[in-house]
Formats: sequence, structure tokens, C-alpha cells
Amino acid sequence: MKIAITSSGNSPQATLDSRFGRCSYFVIYDTESGSTEFIPNPNKEAMEGAGPASIQLVASKGVEKVVSGEFGAKVKAIFDSLKIQLVIVKDCTMTINRIIEMVSKQ
Amino acid sequence: MARPKKLRKITNPPGIKGFKPIRHYPAEESAPILLDYDEYEALRLSDYELKSQSDAAVKMEISRPTFARIYESARRKVARSFVEGVPILFQGGPVYFTSDWYVCNDCGCWFNHLDKEDPVIICPLCRSSNTGQSDVVNESNQ
Repeated sequence: MKIAITSSGNSPQATLDSRFGRCSYFVIYDTESGSTEFIPNPNKEAMEGAGPASIQLVASKGVEKVVSGEFGAKVKAIFDSLKIQLVIVKDCTMTINRIIEMVSKQ
Repeated sequence: MARPKKLRKITNPPGIKGFKPIRHYPAEESAPILLDYDEYEALRLSDYELKSQSDAAVKMEISRPTFARIYESARRKVARSFVEGVPILFQGGPVYFTSDWYVCNDCGCWFNHLDKEDPVIICPLCRSSNTGQSDVVNESNQ
């Protein structure tokens, strides 16, 4: 299963980005192969519609879960219809490494 | 041409597909009555959660008169099913679903639960089953 995590930097030591649509990087983590892929978010500076554009990006990677600090108003309904689970982590000081560690521990 | 119907918000879709009458003697089942999801939600908000029609209308994001119309139709369908012994099937309607937020008591994260038929709710982050439904609505997500 693939999981998308919003990241503030492009290394596993970076912390979770508190925003979904305008986060700096998306981390696509594959629980089966253990691989991670860092994708710079092209919608970071978007005036509007960053959320739906970012959904398209992560949905095209085939993720089943998205971890972020917050999701905007338009985003949730679209994710619901795509059957992608949302996870909100309130503690934005958590590193990407730590989150990957948590989700890979089954 | 009639104006298109506004989408009704459904927070809790039914966990079952419908109802069948219990009979004294075996008989062939007649065609089921289709109870739309919005009608189910109207019945649930009014008669199960005992909300006023105006509060329930706000919950479904429709006007109060529209809510009253949907509720009326739901009641009539249920009554017809009871009296005539016709099965009920929950289906369709101009609706969209929202899932509620759950909170994990161990790691404190929030998540939504998409598969309503799966009663076991496990935290997607730490795999803890110590979770609960969150009554506090996360304002930024509404």
C-alpha cells in the first residue's frame, strides 16, 4: 500500500508539513517495498485550487492514505469520493522518518 | 425543464442494505420500495436523533421546506412498506457522503473511517484500537 505524507523538506529528517495543498514536498512511501519518493509540490505557490491539484498528483501515484497536518475545505469531499483515507497529525514537529516508522510497524 | 436537485449531505449512510417483511406463510417477494439515502438521512435526523426540522435541514445543507418534503416522502414509503408488506431497499438519491472524524487516544492523530461496514476501527498510524469518534468538529475541515 502506498501512503502520501506532506513534508516541509526533501529529506527523511524533515518535519511534517502542516498544510496539504501547499506543502513543500510530497513523500510517497510504499509499505511493501519500503521505498520513499520525494516529489516537490508544483502547487506550492498556487493562488487557488492548490488542494484539488495536489489531490490529482497524489491520486495519480495510487496512494490509499494521506498524512498531513491539515486538510482544506474542498479537499475532504474529493478524498472521500476517491476512497482515500485521511490522517491528521496535530504534532507538526514529527519527522518523516518517525511517521514512516509508525506506519510500517504492522 | 425542472431545476436540478441540490446535493444532500449524508453524514451517516445506513449500515444495512434494507428490510424484508417477516411473513406468516411463504410468499413471493414483491418489488422493493426504493428509499433514497436522503430520505433515510431525513428520517434518522428527525426521528432517531430527534432534531428539529430546521436543525436537520442545516445538517443536510438544504432548505427547511426541502427537508420537510424529503421527510414526508420517507415516512410515506415506510408506512406503505409496513402496511403492504413490501421490502425496503436503501438506494441512490441526489446525495454525497461525508465521513466523520475519529481520534486515536494513543497517538492523538485524527483520521476518517471510509469502510462503514467494518466495525473495527484501528488507528492508521500506530495500529492502536484505542480510538473513539470525535464529537468535536474540526472547523477547518467543514
